[in-house]
Amino acid sequence: MFQSVLASLNEGFLKTLEIFGLTLLGAFPLGLVITFGSTSQFRPLKYVVKFIVWVVRGTPLMLQLIIIYYGPGLLLGSNWWGTGASGRFTAAVVAFVINYACYFSEIYRGGIEGVPKGQSEAGQVLGMTKRQIFSRIILLQVIKRIVPPMGNEIITLVKDTSLARVIAVYEIIWNGQAFIKSTGIIWPLFFTGVYYLIFSGVLTLLLGWLEKKLSFFRV
Amino acid sequence: MSVLEVKNISKSFDATEVLKDVGFTLEKGEVIAIIGSSGSGKTTLLRCLNFLEKPDSGQIIVNREILFDAASHKLLSENDIRKLRLHFGLVFQSFNLFPQYTALGNVKLAGELLAKERDDYKNNHKAILKEIEEKAADLLRQVGLSDKMQLYPHQLSGGQQQRVAIARALALSPDVLCFDEPTSALDPELTGEVLKVIRSLADRNTTMVIVTHEMQFARDVADKVVFMDDGFVVESGTPEEVFGQPKQERTIRFLERYSNI
Repeated sequence: MFQSVLASLNEGFLKTLEIFGLTLLGAFPLGLVITFGSTSQFRPLKYVVKFIVWVVRGTPLMLQLIIIYYGPGLLLGSNWWGTGASGRFTAAVVAFVINYACYFSEIYRGGIEGVPKGQSEAGQVLGMTKRQIFSRIILLQVIKRIVPPMGNEIITLVKDTSLARVIAVYEIIWNGQAFIKSTGIIWPLFFTGVYYLIFSGVLTLLLGWLEKKLSFFRV
Repeated sequence: MSVLEVKNISKSFDATEVLKDVGFTLEKGEVIAIIGSSGSGKTTLLRCLNFLEKPDSGQIIVNREILFDAASHKLLSENDIRKLRLHFGLVFQSFNLFPQYTALGNVKLAGELLAKERDDYKNNHKAILKEIEEKAADLLRQVGLSDKMQLYPHQLSGGQQQRVAIARALALSPDVLCFDEPTSALDPELTGEVLKVIRSLADRNTTMVIVTHEMQFARDVADKVVFMDDGFVVESGTPEEVFGQPKQERTIRFLERYSNI
């Protein structure tokens, strides 16, 4: 019994990790694109992007999962995501990427705007190019500023992946709960918590290590 | 021969005229002190010299070469402006050291990046980098920080940070070194060490433009003093003339306010 529960939970947790990894992979760069949009000098673009960020941050991720998965089929008459588990998984990852990119973009924006203007001016008067100023001076200061808030979001994402079950993605909680229906035992569902704790524990250690790596200077 | 000629510089921000027809000349090795109350346009003038602001009219001429002419400025590319900036160095009121580099790293950085543009960099980069490092270390010794080279800015006092900033500004050997109220952000007991360094630069005939509120220092170090008020150059001359026998009503009132403190 124990073996088969573990096998099922492991399989579910692998799905959880996939959602987690793919979300970060997509949301890190997309967040930066959104930052460029929301800080653009071109007003119409700026307001459109800010509106999107407001909508995404202002509605539940669970609702976004449902709308993104069912929306195209119901509104446009075509299911973009394909049928079966892989289609639901793709839709879930897309929803997570959009949602987290919006949160990341605000963190990036705060990090970039937090670097004093004097830093780039000092680079300018020393004859540095814009590119050099960004890569040699600004970037590391931004990274140092955003590591703590990004860490919060990343830990939150670990647990948010469980929302994917609302569109029947077989992540770890789905698999744990399935034992209640099939065999009437409840402990596998409770036991999923151990997986989350261990994973977020490892991430906390990693983030702490990164913060320490960046503690040689102050901003 | 004048190193620097500033002619008829005017600058407005929206509807506010910050600089009105400002001009002065500076000979090689001379020090000019610009004094005046806050909001008189001193800082904007320095920022114009360093191309951080673009004057609406006027000319900036260095070693008889017209670096900037408002009438034809649109022709300059970002890259042109970048090169022109190298004629000037600027020491900021708030130091603006790069926090992730050591004192030595701060002084070296710009030189290392510029060296990459040299044709002989590829074949000769070891020697070039060594030369840059030696020059940077030498400059830090000159400002009295030989034992602080490997420290990061947050490990240094304000006065030490400003001295690193001075070394950094000197590293690219600018024709004119500008100071924007270099001691205004410092605790009173730390201003002395920075002023001492600036004084030693003056003794070695560094051409400098110093915006300052330290009147006694301006009087001692400067060859010329310019008093600015409300965007105008109200009065200029030798320190003896401006501090000793000011002619303009506004200069007299300004200096009275300072001597009362």
